[in-house]
Amino acid sequence: MIPLEHFLGLSAILFSLGVYGVLARRNAVLILMSVELMLNAVSVNMVAFAVYTSPEQFVGIVFAIFIITVAAAEVGLALAIILRVFRNRATANVDEVAELKW
Amino acid sequence: MTVAEGFFYVVAAGTVAGGLGVVLSRNVVHAALSLIFTLLTVATLYILLASEFLALVQILIYAGAVTILLLFALMLTRVCDTPLTMDGPQKPIAAVAGLVLMGALLGMVVATTWPRDRGEATVVSLETLGDALFRSWAVPFEVASLVLLVALVGAIVIARPEDGE
Repeated sequence: MIPLEHFLGLSAILFSLGVYGVLARRNAVLILMSVELMLNAVSVNMVAFAVYTSPEQFVGIVFAIFIITVAAAEVGLALAIILRVFRNRATANVDEVAELKW
Repeated sequence: MTVAEGFFYVVAAGTVAGGLGVVLSRNVVHAALSLIFTLLTVATLYILLASEFLALVQILIYAGAVTILLLFALMLTRVCDTPLTMDGPQKPIAAVAGLVLMGALLGMVVATTWPRDRGEATVVSLETLGDALFRSWAVPFEVASLVLLVALVGAIVIARPEDGE
């Protein structure tokens, strides 16, 4: 069987890529895509831990299902906000919407 | 190296390549397609972890619905017109932060002693999963569906044009 470390390492790499994308990108939709990468990395982690360590494997799967649900809600809401910002400001770049920046 | 391990390395390489495509691509549509590819390889990882239902949900909801939403947002906000402004000036700092985090996480994974595997993973049947979801996890399940409902109603209210617009 594949060692647990390999799954954890893969999800660590995927999570770091997501962090880089969130910090480097200017466009709100691309930032959202990087957030999806991070959420997927966490799901892989949870399922791997559940399968390898817990006698009740389904707990990790249930958590992953909840993560997918919340991610779907988050994407729908975030895209509505992005559309709203684009309609008001004609831009979807987060550094051009800086009114609350002190 | 067993067949499963070789398959895992191929899929893992695909996942990392897709993730790199998402965060490095200059073209937003290419980034979105890389995201779909990454989500499909993650679904394959779930199959390797003997979680077939989760793989189905991943393909249906993530690779199907969520990426379509993202592509619609790309179309409606006309990101494709300004491809050169996708990355901010903070890119080097972001690269350093990402690499430091990756080093820390990988170091931690290597340094920790993880429990040895318990032999073959048993496939969780849909019946067990449904039983667990609707008995022990019934309240979180209902809360999650309420969250989804409120978020989608809120999305409609936010995106709806107001009078005079």
